[in-house]
Amino acid sequence: MTRASKTRVEMPRRDPKERGTDFKEVALGLEPELAIAEAERCLNCRHKPCVSGCPVEVPIPEFIQLILKGDFEAADAKIKEKNSLPAVCGRVCPQETQCEQVCVLARRGQPIAIGMLERFVADQASAAKKARGEAADGQQAKPKYKERIAIIGSGPAGLTCAADLAGYGYGVDIFEALHDTGGVLRYGIPEFRLPKSIVDEEVEYVKSLGVNIFTNVAVGLTLDFNEMLSSGKYAAAFIGTGAGLPYFLNIPGENLNGVYSANEFLTRANLMKAYLFPEYDTPIKVGRRVAVIGAGNVAMDAARVALRLGAEEVSIVYRRSREEMPARIEEIENAEEEGIKLQLLTNPARILGDDRFCVRAMECVRMQLGEPDSSGRRRPVEIPGSLFTMDVDTVIVAVGQGANPMLTTRVDGLELNKWGNIATFDECGATSIPGVWAGGDITTGASTVISAMGAGKRAALGIHQWLTEKREQA
Amino acid sequence: MVLAMGAAEVGGDVMFKVLEKDLLAENIYRMVIEAPLVAAKARAGNFVIVRVSEVGERIPLTISNSDAERGTLTLIIQAVGKSTRDLVQLESGDNLRDVLGPLGTATEINPDVKRVVAVMGGIGVAPMLPLLRAYRKAGAEIVSILGARSKELLILRDEVEDLSDEVIIMTDDGSDGEKGLVTDPLRRMLEQGEKFDLAIAIGPARMMQASCQVTKEFDLPTLVSLNSIMIDGTGMCGGCRVSINGETKFACVDGPDFDGHAVDFNELVLRQGYYRDQEEHAETCQTFGRE
Ligand code: FES
Repeated sequence: MTRASKTRVEMPRRDPKERGTDFKEVALGLEPELAIAEAERCLNCRHKPCVSGCPVEVPIPEFIQLILKGDFEAADAKIKEKNSLPAVCGRVCPQETQCEQVCVLARRGQPIAIGMLERFVADQASAAKKARGEAADGQQAKPKYKERIAIIGSGPAGLTCAADLAGYGYGVDIFEALHDTGGVLRYGIPEFRLPKSIVDEEVEYVKSLGVNIFTNVAVGLTLDFNEMLSSGKYAAAFIGTGAGLPYFLNIPGENLNGVYSANEFLTRANLMKAYLFPEYDTPIKVGRRVAVIGAGNVAMDAARVALRLGAEEVSIVYRRSREEMPARIEEIENAEEEGIKLQLLTNPARILGDDRFCVRAMECVRMQLGEPDSSGRRRPVEIPGSLFTMDVDTVIVAVGQGANPMLTTRVDGLELNKWGNIATFDECGATSIPGVWAGGDITTGASTVISAMGAGKRAALGIHQWLTEKREQA
Repeated sequence: MVLAMGAAEVGGDVMFKVLEKDLLAENIYRMVIEAPLVAAKARAGNFVIVRVSEVGERIPLTISNSDAERGTLTLIIQAVGKSTRDLVQLESGDNLRDVLGPLGTATEINPDVKRVVAVMGGIGVAPMLPLLRAYRKAGAEIVSILGARSKELLILRDEVEDLSDEVIIMTDDGSDGEKGLVTDPLRRMLEQGEKFDLAIAIGPARMMQASCQVTKEFDLPTLVSLNSIMIDGTGMCGGCRVSINGETKFACVDGPDFDGHAVDFNELVLRQGYYRDQEEHAETCQTFGRE
């Protein structure tokens, strides 16, 4: 058999000039011919390193073989055996550090574009179903077991855990504090990177498996977590509440008008759809010159949203160098293409306001890289006398999120680590309380969608095993 | 559909129904809404976030009263922008799209407090009522100072009178009670040597600030309730941040009650005003058709 091409397919993307002015999706997806050509590059290796590189162990070579057969819906079903949110993962997973990194082809050239193919398959299957007028296709069975499971948070960890538990045969209720589902997929990741219609479809799929989702329930406040278990209503619970506590820099001027946490900025834009103001009621203010502090994916998202909301100049301000930027390379490239500037080795010292308490400038110092620190990255040190002023009117702080204590401090006997994240005691995310599992950012600190999904999956297994044992002992 | 949960029993597709609505003064309404789960847990000092429709803002509102048995909340709403105007358009029988709560840290009722002076202005009466009830229940003596621009804008006067041992009415124009500011009788009493263990001031930020300036002179501990701009109400966005003794706090989870002498009111006022022009813009668009 001849391999069609040695070079990896490239994702067609919209022109940077055009896409920088609206919120429509940037990456266009592959056409079937391109997808099949890419699938032909797969060696279908027997030892499948890609599968072990995937936090949820998607049967990658198998679904790619189904693409070759032209049966995209079967490929989608194959992925869904392990991953209930393929259209999301195909868009936002960092494949380059996971499945694609360990692809055998990567040793000699470019790895197969697993993420693009995953997205392709999910989109094709969804389009085909829509064309036939079918809704989400989960097999809703009557729960096999009488135990119900409560899931706190409807983000990627909670949705995955719920889908798997429903698959094992449990009744599952998800509780979401916000008015809409999806957690970070909804409030954090912008429309142009992950259209909300995709999130809707994936959530519909999980619900079609028989999962209930209750919005507007802040467990800990609206319902008492301890009572949910002690009343016997729920046999077990999974906490996947995410990293919902924005960090600030604690520098002077941070409470000025025009300084946002990335969480606030993105929540206004994404969840509240402020980019459609005044059609939607929630406003968002963006000035002409925006500084985004931080260099992770959240920072890139905030910068690109600011640009689309009409800012003339948007800069990423980061105290280390390009090499240490935690964002995906693809996202940095996208941002730069759209005209986002990088102010590297720059650390904000103070934000200055005008007489109306609005941001007018930011003082920064230049940094240089010194000795490696505990994270192995070279520690940035200040260059003496390098203070300078950046002329900005909006500052978005995207230096990470911590654990939101709203629920965790209201659960009796729940052990936390020193950062306030929930301590877990095994692979599956068992906590200090019997019957309670946790996973995703609330246990690890801010991480990726797929690692949260992996944690949700393992917790579902842990819960199932625990309940099975209990049933056998009874 | 995703289920909006309000029923005491998990499982129903329950909306948040408006059961009663009446006009208290120009642009100020009382609404009783059905939200059993919130009502079951609500305590003095808690608030809710509501949304009228799919395109609506999240609006924070103090719970003025709750009835766990009936499963209802009483909210007092002043229609000041597009979102609150949309809210008061609802009639009994209509549904709110979303109600989340009870949010915020409930007020700690200090049993050692034997005498309270409660200073309230404008719509601040609404959040004050649960505190008056709680202190009343704890056996404290209550002196209330109730202020408004004019007689027509004095709301919930009967409720305040029921809960207080003494009520002083103040209006800016002298149309009822004494003419002057709520801080006038407050200062007078304190200067005359009247003893209080606690002052509570709730109302517009400038009114709370002025009250705190007076009580500070007399070393009278003062509780205030801050209404900063909020989005999620769960500590997730930091939009509600306020400076308390120079330290940043999130009003939605660390408050809304704070030690009034520690609050940076100037910052609060400036932050509250940040979106004012856009609120007006949204209203203009509402009045003259959307852009
Ligand atoms: S309203 Fe978002 S943190 Fe308080």
